[in-house]
Amino acid sequence: MTADLWSLYALMLRSRLLEEAVARLWHAGHISGEMHLGIGEEGILAGIMAQIRQGDAIALDHRATSALLMRGVDPLALLNEFLGRPDGLCGGQGGHMHLFSQEFLAASSGIVGAAGPAALGFALAAEYLRPGSVAVAFFGEGASNQGMLLEALNLAAVWQLPVLFVCKDNQWAITTPTSVTSRGKLVERARGFGIHAEEVDGLNVEAVWNVAYEALARARGGDGPTFIHATCSHLEGHFLGDKLIKTARQPVREMLSIAGPIIKSIFRVKGAPFGERFKSLIMTLNLIRRTRKGLAASQENDPIERVRLKLQNDLPRLQALEEAIHQEIHHLVAATGLVA
Amino acid sequence: MKKTTSFADAIEAALAQAMAADPKIIILGEDVHMLRRNLLVRFGRKRVLPTPISESAFVGAAVAAAMAGLHPVVEVMLVDFMGVAMDALLNHAAKIETFSGGKWKVPLVVRAACGGGYGDGGQHEQSLWGWLAHIPGLVVVVPATPFDAGGLMLSALEYDGPIIYLEHKLLADYWLEFLGSGGRKTVSYDIPRDGAYATIPQKWQPVPLGKAVERRNGSDVTIVSVGVGVHRALEAAEILHEHGVSAGVIDLRTISPLDRDTVCEAVAKTKRLLVVDEDYQGFGLSGELAAIVLEAGLTPSYARVCTQCTIPYARHLEDQVLPNTQRIVQAALAFN
Repeated sequence: MTADLWSLYALMLRSRLLEEAVARLWHAGHISGEMHLGIGEEGILAGIMAQIRQGDAIALDHRATSALLMRGVDPLALLNEFLGRPDGLCGGQGGHMHLFSQEFLAASSGIVGAAGPAALGFALAAEYLRPGSVAVAFFGEGASNQGMLLEALNLAAVWQLPVLFVCKDNQWAITTPTSVTSRGKLVERARGFGIHAEEVDGLNVEAVWNVAYEALARARGGDGPTFIHATCSHLEGHFLGDKLIKTARQPVREMLSIAGPIIKSIFRVKGAPFGERFKSLIMTLNLIRRTRKGLAASQENDPIERVRLKLQNDLPRLQALEEAIHQEIHHLVAATGLVA
Repeated sequence: MKKTTSFADAIEAALAQAMAADPKIIILGEDVHMLRRNLLVRFGRKRVLPTPISESAFVGAAVAAAMAGLHPVVEVMLVDFMGVAMDALLNHAAKIETFSGGKWKVPLVVRAACGGGYGDGGQHEQSLWGWLAHIPGLVVVVPATPFDAGGLMLSALEYDGPIIYLEHKLLADYWLEFLGSGGRKTVSYDIPRDGAYATIPQKWQPVPLGKAVERRNGSDVTIVSVGVGVHRALEAAEILHEHGVSAGVIDLRTISPLDRDTVCEAVAKTKRLLVVDEDYQGFGLSGELAAIVLEAGLTPSYARVCTQCTIPYARHLEDQVLPNTQRIVQAALAFN
């Protein structure tokens, strides 16, 4: 079996365009609270979700929109949920961090790491009720320091459950770079539990598809869990309006609001020696600089652009597909009665 | 000398004052390098420590660090996330003093944002102060004004036991920007102005733990509340005044230990108790307030306006579920 790049590209572009529409609706004030998008993660999600079938379960984090869309959840029900409407996927009760579809055995959570134990339980039920089915946990690398997730890895290994643990590594835990919060390699950590672990470039959807193909075959065949460490980009920050992303894009305007108190802090009597204060200041400024760097690099490494390059030799087909998806999303947003 | 400041800046100013005086105070928690960047720059990286998203490890570590001589302020971002670290609080922080025969104290502040009103859903907007105050050994404070926010932080850092310090997101502007508006001008919230901004002292004095304050004197009904509920109650009291009802408002400030005397004294006069509590209605603060007045031999008329279910995401539904001014007015007018 090999991946069908055309259908993967369609899944990814559909997700990207839907999420971009969500972002516009959020900026226009139609969606309340936080909004975490999966922009940059589409390669990981498409490579796996394309191979998920009836009876499989998915445990999702706070960036659940893409996975649900790719699984087949009605996109209008998703939009209406974000808009807090009674005809939303969860009747407007859940919102974007708490999306549930019993039909597709898909559950999300805003608690970091919660996807681990959830996938474990879904897989346990599958062993009894749906042999040959699997459960997939999607989480960020920030979650891989969460106790409940590490406990789930151990239990999945001990019980040899059909689970795929998919770590979407964008190198940031909210506003904290991974290098500050983790040592060692995540695949080695998983292997330490006795779990088969693979590393893959999450910007390359074909590579993800291939790794997932093997992992799913192992799980469905009763050979236990797999940990997939997939790296990806961080195009929109932790959530829309992320202070670091805003500061990186508009450094002068954003810095003015935060610079005053910081500068005062350097010169206040009592506190750390000035050398240490200066180092702390540099640390804060470095975070902002690294975010800028990350943004620039990730635009070059957009998973969607990468797969598109491979399809460009059939330009008419590509353009027809893109036109159709643009139209679909356009009509979808129009169906909400809002402009985005 | 006095100046106008925000609820958030008041906490930071009091914290800075305490940190300058006491080198044992450290801050640790998620994203504190950004959230507390001014304190990081002033006090250095040894005193402001960002952590991984590993609540059970770093809250548990804060408990033991407190036992071993530090005075940590540990932050779990939102009170909802305390669920992940509950064992450290429930089975350890709260019990060590008793278990050690009163010999070993745990001077610890657990700081988190709480409350709803900005459409973030039921896993990010809970209050949970009653749930935490249920546990003997934990002090729980919920300031409603910048003055109390600073003063209670100072008291928390002078206290020698574990304290849960909750700051409501509608009062702390940076949380609301972080989780609600994200810098958007296209959304708005019902922010109590006197709770979010006020004139405060240049040098902070501690506000005593366990002491409620009467925000408004009234002879017909006593409304008892905490946090944003205090401001909703004050708004309701204005409307009730137009209806010829004189409503007093008590701001508890500390949930546990509860200031029985202030509540009972007021209720003894008005003979009507109305509790406004953003936390869940069942088995919590509102029931506890009914119990303490009964224990004091009072038999007032009683009503409560609380959150009765999981907080819905949709803004219009949320506004009905969280205590609002209209529900408070109705409840007060329904008294005989």
